[in-house]
Amino acid sequence: MLNYSPHIDQVFHAFGDSTRRRMVEQLSRGPATVSSLAGPLGITLAAVMQHLTILEQSGLVSTHKVGRTRTCQLETAGLRTAADWITKHRASWERRLDQLGALLAEETTDKTR
Amino acid sequence: MTTSLQRKPALSITHHTFVIERIYPHPPARVFNAFADPRLKRRWFAEGDGVSVGEYSADFRVGGHDFMRFAFPGGPAMTNETIYFDIVPDRRLIFAYYMTAGDVRISASLATVELSSQGTGTRLVFTEQGAYLDGNDDVAQREQGSRKLLSGSAKIILQSSPQGG
Repeated sequence: MLNYSPHIDQVFHAFGDSTRRRMVEQLSRGPATVSSLAGPLGITLAAVMQHLTILEQSGLVSTHKVGRTRTCQLETAGLRTAADWITKHRASWERRLDQLGALLAEETTDKTR
Repeated sequence: MTTSLQRKPALSITHHTFVIERIYPHPPARVFNAFADPRLKRRWFAEGDGVSVGEYSADFRVGGHDFMRFAFPGGPAMTNETIYFDIVPDRRLIFAYYMTAGDVRISASLATVELSSQGTGTRLVFTEQGAYLDGNDDVAQREQGSRKLLSGSAKIILQSSPQGG
């Protein structure tokens, strides 16, 4: 039973809005300032900031301020497929416990010779 | 004056618990011995799947540490350090361990092993509660995977929304 990270729910919430999807799409081409995001979307800076808050909470985007300019970039850590790593990790224990069984069977065979 | 180059890497923890069960056609004492005897433990725990084991030491007692240094073919150098919290012979083990890959800590876990008789055999229940850290895989790989995942996710959302976005 796989235990999904809460991040994944937040990622889908972030994606459930076409403006946010377009922002993420633009950022996948490279970092951008808040104002350069607002322009092509035809929305106010305040609206961009609201969307950015949701994107930051989902771990998809990070922002930082340099002087008076706020720059945004895609934060791939938010899309880290933790589930993949966990699956591999669990699989390594499955393999170990199988190997334990095989070792015990081998030991039994050795003893009965 | 701060520069845009001074970014702290994002830290994250994913918590996950999993359980694996096995039934072995051997008595609990033999299964327990596979954990207790370092020569046996190394063979099923450290080896296999093409792994090369560089260093392996064991100290099987409450408070004792096991340590190993290993690598998968083509993979980074890894370590695993285990400390035992509870040992009840033939019945129970409780231990914690962390792993590193390329000198970066990738996980820390608490694990329990419960052994019980099942007919002439043993039921083994392995439970791990893990903290999996910081999504530490290769950045370029992640970015590539992320773009695919992004376009995939976007497609899923677009397909499932009535207005198509």
